[in-house]
Amino acid sequence: MRPEPIRTLELRGITKRFPGVLACDGINLDVPEHSVLALVGENGAGKTTLMNILMGLYQPDEGSILLNGRDVKFRSPNDAFGHGIGMVHQHFMLVPNMTVVENIALGMKETHKTFGLDLKQVRRRILEISERHELPVQPDAFVWQLSVGEQQRVELVKTLCLGARFLILDEPTSELTPQETDELIVLLKKMSDELSIIFISHKLHEVKALSDTVSILRHGRMVFRGNTADHSSSDLAALMTGHEVNLPRNECGDGCGDVLLEIRDLRVRSDRGYMALDGVSLDVRAGEILGVAGVSGNGQRELADTLNGLRRAESGTVLLGGKQLLNRSPRDVIDSGMGYIPEDRNTEGIVPSFSIKENLVLKDFAAGTFSALSFLRLGTIRRNADNLKKRFDIRCPSTDTAAGSLSGGNIQKVILARELARGPKALVAVYPTRGLDMGAEEFIHNQLLERRREGVAILLISEELEEIMNLSDRIAVIYKGRILKIIPGGEATKKGLGMLMAGVMDE
Amino acid sequence: MVNFLTNILILGVPFSVALLLAGLGEMFNQRAGVFNLGCEGIMAMGAFLAFMPPYFLAGSMPAGMANLVGILVAMAAGALMGLVFALVTVTFRAPQGIAGIGLHMLGWGTAGTLFRHFVGGVTGVPGIQTLPIPFLSGIPFLGPVLFNHNPLVYLAFLLVPAAWYLLFKTPWGLKVRSVGTYPRAADTMGINVNRVRYQALALGGAMAGLAGAYLSLAQAKMFADDLVAGRGFIAVALVYFGRWHPVGILGGALLFSLAQSLQLSIQVAGIDFPYEFAVMLPYVLVIVVLALSGKSKMASPTDLGKPYNREQRV
Repeated sequence: MRPEPIRTLELRGITKRFPGVLACDGINLDVPEHSVLALVGENGAGKTTLMNILMGLYQPDEGSILLNGRDVKFRSPNDAFGHGIGMVHQHFMLVPNMTVVENIALGMKETHKTFGLDLKQVRRRILEISERHELPVQPDAFVWQLSVGEQQRVELVKTLCLGARFLILDEPTSELTPQETDELIVLLKKMSDELSIIFISHKLHEVKALSDTVSILRHGRMVFRGNTADHSSSDLAALMTGHEVNLPRNECGDGCGDVLLEIRDLRVRSDRGYMALDGVSLDVRAGEILGVAGVSGNGQRELADTLNGLRRAESGTVLLGGKQLLNRSPRDVIDSGMGYIPEDRNTEGIVPSFSIKENLVLKDFAAGTFSALSFLRLGTIRRNADNLKKRFDIRCPSTDTAAGSLSGGNIQKVILARELARGPKALVAVYPTRGLDMGAEEFIHNQLLERRREGVAILLISEELEEIMNLSDRIAVIYKGRILKIIPGGEATKKGLGMLMAGVMDE
Repeated sequence: MVNFLTNILILGVPFSVALLLAGLGEMFNQRAGVFNLGCEGIMAMGAFLAFMPPYFLAGSMPAGMANLVGILVAMAAGALMGLVFALVTVTFRAPQGIAGIGLHMLGWGTAGTLFRHFVGGVTGVPGIQTLPIPFLSGIPFLGPVLFNHNPLVYLAFLLVPAAWYLLFKTPWGLKVRSVGTYPRAADTMGINVNRVRYQALALGGAMAGLAGAYLSLAQAKMFADDLVAGRGFIAVALVYFGRWHPVGILGGALLFSLAQSLQLSIQVAGIDFPYEFAVMLPYVLVIVVLALSGKSKMASPTDLGKPYNREQRV
């Protein structure tokens, strides 16, 4: 049974409350047929919540969904599939220890026979779809074996196999390399001839490249609707954040001091046992930001772990101000003046159940400032927290709040405050703005540049090319555990870096 | 010497059945994301309830019929206890470890109390008799080891491929595996996560009930308070040991029960070996193998132990 075609889809007055948060506040949205609507907004603006309501995953507190003018109720994703609506979630909804065919069969109820699964039928359907839309997939591979780009294709094929002709894509490019992103955009452009697409993003150049119309959400409210072509990226950015955004740049090219952080021939094994870092050498000078660009999974995690004493290296040298730090304990590394903004802020950066003021002294609670005779000096800890809260603009009800309940941007500010207030000599920042909105990004970039002026040696690991290019004095490209090339920041181009990140070395 | 080894095998194979049945049931629970530490308590209830019909109806119906009634009652009660556990851990999202210990104590205590009230002292039942398979049981060595047992032994071993088929080749198995590993993904595919978990817990409970029935009707042919003697907990451990795979669980159950029959044989044969160490042997063996076995992340249901809440923001 084919569902009737979707000519118009309207959301009327959708409101959704979570404990303590008004995620969607009376949102109206119209989606025209055969076009691409970009749904734009910062993190926490309510984009994903709104789409989860449309998919029947959340129930709205108020409001209705109208399909071809008729009121419909989606109680579960099954109902949405039934009307031909499918969604590719930001975090892939694929079961890692099942094969691609099995993952897709899960949703294809017509292949669920009494005494078995008709995997042949599923495979036929996958091949048919993947051929028609030029989306190559390996049906019998396990999902955990696939790269992020391949998983993305599987998600698209899956959604189409389930009969979606109305596609919701939730930040589909957030984990892709620049090349993969470009390919995806071309592909979606082609698919929009047959399908209607809602494209959720906060990357405005993608929105410009792909969408016909754009709707902007801010703090759960719809603040703008219009044709994409009529508005510039910077207009849209201002509408999205509510103020003019000027991401800072590293303007002063010189002024670097002596080499402070010296890494020589570092060889480190990954968790799975292969050489994740295979002879990496880098120098970071005082007052310099060295950007390490690369697709994640090329040794960045191992590099950051090893520099901070969290992973044993096979061989090599790490000198901070002339002091050997290789394979020393994290305590030694911290006491030598290393600051660390870890990749996973929720599990490595903070203790989520501890309060903000406790998280702010995690590295120093045993020092004389914050404890005496092995009792904590609670007054000093509280004053320290109040002070840092003001200085780093940490938005929280009180410093007694559990750090884990803050938004991503504010958690990152807590980490930044703790690391920078200690006055580090060197700082390792790993994906410092990943998943943050532009306001928080601006703040963090300014902080990093200010530390640079103060003479801190900063190693910035990122896969956001714009971030790397805006901030770095020099850019090192890492690929499969080796540094392919080091380029001065001023000479880097997006295209050149993208090629290097993919391992292409032609001049 | 050959005789000594053959005897260990003949004794060890039926020993493994209770562990195997309970382990396979627990495998479905855990594959669906719920570990049920109450397995031991369900087995105690199953053992008691299976014992009752043959004990009370001895004169009024054929022994085979009474045994069958006992087995069915035990399985139904097991399924019911599994559903109660589902209500507590899936619907109300109680911590599974604590809820499981509670279920264990409930089953163990209820079985013992009812037994003392209705029966009192140790009493035997005829139990389930051996059913040698024609021709096959006559094969030297293999015959007595494999084909000269009671029907539940054959059933348990046939359930290994059946469980494999159910888990890996049917739509229901696919759903079970997905809700135990990534329930949100299953939910977005239109699968009712909680319903599948309820079903898996009911099936696991019924199999634990059957395992209990085996203990009282086929292995001991009696009921006593401590009849189950930790086998339910061993079964839970065997699921980890067997990497959530029916064949792995079969291997674990056989390893443990062969070690058990080895230590009994050592004592019976009068070999000069401190019996305290012999009794320890199976348990030590399981701990050692568990510690040494591979811990590949790819097999395990990664959401094991976590309740699913659709409206929780991730």
